[in-house]
Amino acid sequence: MFKVLKNYQIAENTFLAEVEAERIASECKAGQFIIIRVWEKGERIPLTIADADPERGTITMVYLRIGASTIRLSKLKPGDFIADILGPLGNPSQISHFGKVIAVGGGVGIAALYPILKELKNHGNKITSIIGARSKSLLFWEDKIGNVSDHLIITTDDGSYGRKGLVTIPLKELLESDSYNRVIAIGPVPMMAAIADLTKRFGVKTVVSLNSIMVDGTGMCGTCRVSVGGCIKFTCVDGPEFDAHLIDFKEFSNRLKMYRNEEAMLVRRLSGR
Amino acid sequence: MKPRIKPKKLAVEERVKSFNEVVLGYTEEEAIKEAERCIQCPTPPCVTGCPISIDIPSFIKALRERRFEDSYKIMIATNPFPSICGRICPQEQQCEKVCTLGKIGEPVAIGKLEKFIGDLYLNKSNPEVTSPNGKKVAVVGSGPAGLACAYTLAKMGYSVSIFESLHKPGGVLTYGIPAFRLPKNIVEGYVNQLREMGVKIEVDVLVGRTIKFEYLLRNFDAVFLGTGAGLPRFLNIPGENLNGIYSANEFLTRVNLMKAYLFPEYETPIYRAKHTVVIGGGNVAMDAARVALRLGSEVTIAYRRSRKEMPARIEEIENAEEEGVKFVFLSSPIRFISRDNFWVSGVEFIRNRLGPKGPDGRRSFVPVEGSNYFMKTDCVVIAIGQLPNPLLPRLIPKLECDERKGTIKVDEEGRTSIPKVYAGGDITTGAATAVEAIAAGVRVAYTIHKDLS
Repeated sequence: MFKVLKNYQIAENTFLAEVEAERIASECKAGQFIIIRVWEKGERIPLTIADADPERGTITMVYLRIGASTIRLSKLKPGDFIADILGPLGNPSQISHFGKVIAVGGGVGIAALYPILKELKNHGNKITSIIGARSKSLLFWEDKIGNVSDHLIITTDDGSYGRKGLVTIPLKELLESDSYNRVIAIGPVPMMAAIADLTKRFGVKTVVSLNSIMVDGTGMCGTCRVSVGGCIKFTCVDGPEFDAHLIDFKEFSNRLKMYRNEEAMLVRRLSGR
Repeated sequence: MKPRIKPKKLAVEERVKSFNEVVLGYTEEEAIKEAERCIQCPTPPCVTGCPISIDIPSFIKALRERRFEDSYKIMIATNPFPSICGRICPQEQQCEKVCTLGKIGEPVAIGKLEKFIGDLYLNKSNPEVTSPNGKKVAVVGSGPAGLACAYTLAKMGYSVSIFESLHKPGGVLTYGIPAFRLPKNIVEGYVNQLREMGVKIEVDVLVGRTIKFEYLLRNFDAVFLGTGAGLPRFLNIPGENLNGIYSANEFLTRVNLMKAYLFPEYETPIYRAKHTVVIGGGNVAMDAARVALRLGSEVTIAYRRSRKEMPARIEEIENAEEEGVKFVFLSSPIRFISRDNFWVSGVEFIRNRLGPKGPDGRRSFVPVEGSNYFMKTDCVVIAIGQLPNPLLPRLIPKLECDERKGTIKVDEEGRTSIPKVYAGGDITTGAATAVEAIAAGVRVAYTIHKDLS
């Protein structure tokens, strides 16, 4: 059982939970994730670790309230307990002095980006961040991402804040105007796929962090399998970061939708519709 | 010679609607009658046929003399989990295969007698535990090997901590083997017994990630690795990542561990197929097929050789057939097809013919050119075997492994290349049976005891 310390909304449909998990807090590295089972009858779902405080023994998750488990999670109050948390899982993000790095975050991917940028910054990289959302109400952590970036660009699809349009517009301008050593992108699949297409043309090494459907998270079930360079890889133990130019995004996106009917049914059931 | 007493089975129409146990146990009278068939061989071949060397004639003798507690004590002197082994051991390939009665008729139903005695004392009797010796052992993985190692060490006075990555202990006994073959209260019973013996079980801990392996080396006098064969094999053929295609591990874990058959009360989904094709011919394939059937699907098992070469237990093949699972033999899948590029809609097979015997004594198979055929399906379960779980070996660079097999290298008594670190079960042998893992857990526990004394 893992005690919830904080759990509140930080943007439209987006929540932040801080949870007591001493061992995970002291062992986790940037880019790793956890598997959480909110309650006894709940599903096991992966969530990115957005921050950790080893001193206090806590980890922070930022999540979108989208399925049964995250709806239930969003209803927990400080002092409540989460049934199970397993982690840290996956390989830590590759951190070194790359030089000039562009980081792109979309939606809750912005939170997943934060610990990685913190480390990249510590290693002396020059970071230009682009964070984007459909609309201003979905944006969060502008300040935190700003603090670990040398330059920050914000986009919204509807133009309600920052530049109007997709993150790929400023990304393309940056790639055209200067040379970069690395791009890291975390966000919705169409965003990551579009970024991979774009950076491939410019020949810039690009990594993305994938969030698959998972059960055990330890390489046992294979539900998180993804084609990378024509080989089957497991997101949980081989990832979650992969070379964006080698991923079959179409297949990956399909696999995320495997249970869309069941998920929708659960959400309807939970909201009493 | 009197005929062997067949244990009653649940009616087929009852079976396919529930996950209740299929093979019902003997009544006391049936057990005694069956036990009376044993001729008490002076040099009993059955004992040598048993991977864990249970004193079979003695437990049977005590049983038929109605000295049930004695019978149970004889049993647990070597096998800590008789209610598990009595159900899932392939007795027809072990003790019962070499039973003297089998030469002239049917062998004694040793497994069913083991189950009878085991069940009689399940949750009722804890073994004597010697007083604590002050030594601590960490057990990584709570499958059959880990549980047996923990049991044996705890009995000898060791302070044992088990670390399990899933939220429930039991390993493959919990996530893999369906309740209709091994009811979950049996595994829970033995796990509770371990707790009562003082074994600490920590779930949600992935050793190497949640806690460092070095932490175990620092804080324990010995470490036992029993992480099993949890890596699913795939076919590496086109279309394998289409939706609707499961590894057997995933399919079974969703149902057994996560209770997806009770969706939406339990929130882990599973696809309810019209027709499921299970690829493979082992016990896992039978389990997957019978689970699929219980989820309301028609089921076809496709196996690349003929019925005779199937590695599954005959009892399980029969159970699957009785329940309505269909079989196609001498068929290898070569690709999966999808009409909408989203969900699987069919499998293309090529027919095989049997070739000469291979090194394992089974006949090989040869694809017949131009014999391709299609089978319509909306769900596929790939049950072609599991490999040792590579995660822990990957996280402990100093640990010597067999690169080809993915197993941890151990000496005859279970010592790895790292001092104080031992291993046993599928992680050292590759996928094998639960009883072999239990036997290894017990054996290595004695090695640990020897080394620490």
